[in-house]
Amino acid sequence: MFELLGIPPQALFGQVLLGLINGSFYAILSLGLAVIFGLLNIINFAHGAQYMMGAFVAWMALNYLGLNYWFALVLAPIVVGAVGVVIERLLLKRISHLDHLYGLLLTFGLALIIQGLFRNQYGSSGLPYGIPPQLAGGQNLGFMFLPNYRAWVIVASLAVCLATWFLIEKTRLGAYLRAATENPTLTQAFGINVPLLVTLTYGFGVALAAFAGVLAAPVYSVNPNMGGDLIIVVFAVVVIGGMGSIMGAIVTGFALGLVEGLTKVFYPEASSTVIFVIMVLVLLVKPAGLFGRPA
Amino acid sequence: MTDLATSEAPAGAALAETDDGTARLHRAILIGIAAALVVAPFVAYPVFVMKVLCFALFALAFNLLLGYGGLLSFGHAAYFGMASYVCAYTAKNWGLTPELAILLGTAVAAGLGTVFGALAIRRQGIYFAMITLALAQMVFFFSLQTPRFTGGEDGIQAVPRGKLLGLLDLTDDRALYWLVAAIFMAGLLAIYRIIHSPFGQICKAIRDNEPRAISLGYRANQYKLMVFVLSAALAGLAGATKAIVFQLASLTDVYWTMSGEVVLMTLVGGLGTVFGPIVGAIVMVTMQNYLATLGAWVTVIQGVIFVACVLLFREGIVGVIAKAIKKPL
Repeated sequence: MFELLGIPPQALFGQVLLGLINGSFYAILSLGLAVIFGLLNIINFAHGAQYMMGAFVAWMALNYLGLNYWFALVLAPIVVGAVGVVIERLLLKRISHLDHLYGLLLTFGLALIIQGLFRNQYGSSGLPYGIPPQLAGGQNLGFMFLPNYRAWVIVASLAVCLATWFLIEKTRLGAYLRAATENPTLTQAFGINVPLLVTLTYGFGVALAAFAGVLAAPVYSVNPNMGGDLIIVVFAVVVIGGMGSIMGAIVTGFALGLVEGLTKVFYPEASSTVIFVIMVLVLLVKPAGLFGRPA
Repeated sequence: MTDLATSEAPAGAALAETDDGTARLHRAILIGIAAALVVAPFVAYPVFVMKVLCFALFALAFNLLLGYGGLLSFGHAAYFGMASYVCAYTAKNWGLTPELAILLGTAVAAGLGTVFGALAIRRQGIYFAMITLALAQMVFFFSLQTPRFTGGEDGIQAVPRGKLLGLLDLTDDRALYWLVAAIFMAGLLAIYRIIHSPFGQICKAIRDNEPRAISLGYRANQYKLMVFVLSAALAGLAGATKAIVFQLASLTDVYWTMSGEVVLMTLVGGLGTVFGPIVGAIVMVTMQNYLATLGAWVTVIQGVIFVACVLLFREGIVGVIAKAIKKPL
């Protein structure tokens, strides 16, 4: 076997793969944050908690209802998205006229409530969730062993990200959405039901987070705290990428995951802080973010 | 950049602050607080009162930035916690006297605040909050990974309280109380002075209308950075004092939940009011004390209070009182 800079290739590619998986979660989550921010003008602090809910819905579906992974992949986004719709209608709607920092505070409170409730019910040690049998095992690529499930996570995330990009940039519904982001009042004057669009957008963003949660369940265990720290990293990703561009969010997410994975190989001590360090550098060089429009 | 404090806290700049009646009222309240500090250790458990005072000072520092600078920092735990570590470490390992350890902790918090503040003010509004949060998380990971300095998961335990100026033994809670009360009162008076100084007025002007303040020739970013550093230093003062009181510095102090708690205290007490954060800290620390047995429910209850405050009670306790008596508090 060849070695690269003294690192065995199995370890290198293994971490690169794990980095890409994390990157796909960053991409999906920052995409959801960007879509929600575009239309609602709030940063959804509960996004991490909703990601965690997605994983838990998958776990509950399996253990209480006997529904397998593939049902969960459809069910969890719908259930958590529906919860999101209720949250938007009952709570976020009431503060839409206020400064957007109140949205941050409100969703922070929601995140605390959701996390606390799950921690009370299920403890903080985490629950196991098996890899679906269809995706068990892996391929030997010669230079590394590729577990099927991990490959699936990357492919599925990429597909969802690109589908979202297509929906927003290329369809009529997406055009309404972009119009409402630019100028909600004028869009409404053209006869488009903007409040409905706002509700659906929030539900959709939340559903994306839940989808990522289901994908994550077999990789990491299902844990009430799984979203709390992740969301802060995603915030840094959003600051780095800027929230102006859908494709930008996707690219930034995957790229940062990759960088994080590589850091884990070459300088593991810095792996948990490397994204924050990159954020600092981006702030110094290009304060508006790599894909951001200057405010 | 934000009208968070002005649009919602009617106690702010809308009313004439140079009004004699208001100044007299504030002086009376400050004297009242000093009197309460003298009485408190005789009617309540001194360690509890010291805890309230540390968090009240922390919330006051946070409110200086949000209420008067208009900047929502979601990472104030970094300054609080880092100062707490530095104070605990130097008191324990270097044998510094408590006042030197506290001052060193405060200085480090001010230094950290200068670096982080300079970075964070490059973006505005919602991004500012996210950047401060991310930077604070970086401090958390740093603390987690340098157990030789922070003690890792165990924290720095059994920090000696030492002798004030090498003379006065602080192991007795009553003796320590007077030091903590003095630090709190000094911090409160300093913040009161800052808010009502020309510097504070310019900060408020920048908060309310930044382009206008810039057009009048004020260097808005310098003022923002200055108020950020002051706020970080005072938060550090609170954190360092807390390390001496509880003889402990731990990861809890640098974690994002701590940043959330100080936001909540300020929100409950009243954003952009001078005395609100003190009331908020009293309410929240008392609540935590009584609910400590409920475990994770405390998080849920905090979340509910957050949601309820944002939806129904944005002025906070002192904000409502200020509205009722039509005077800024």
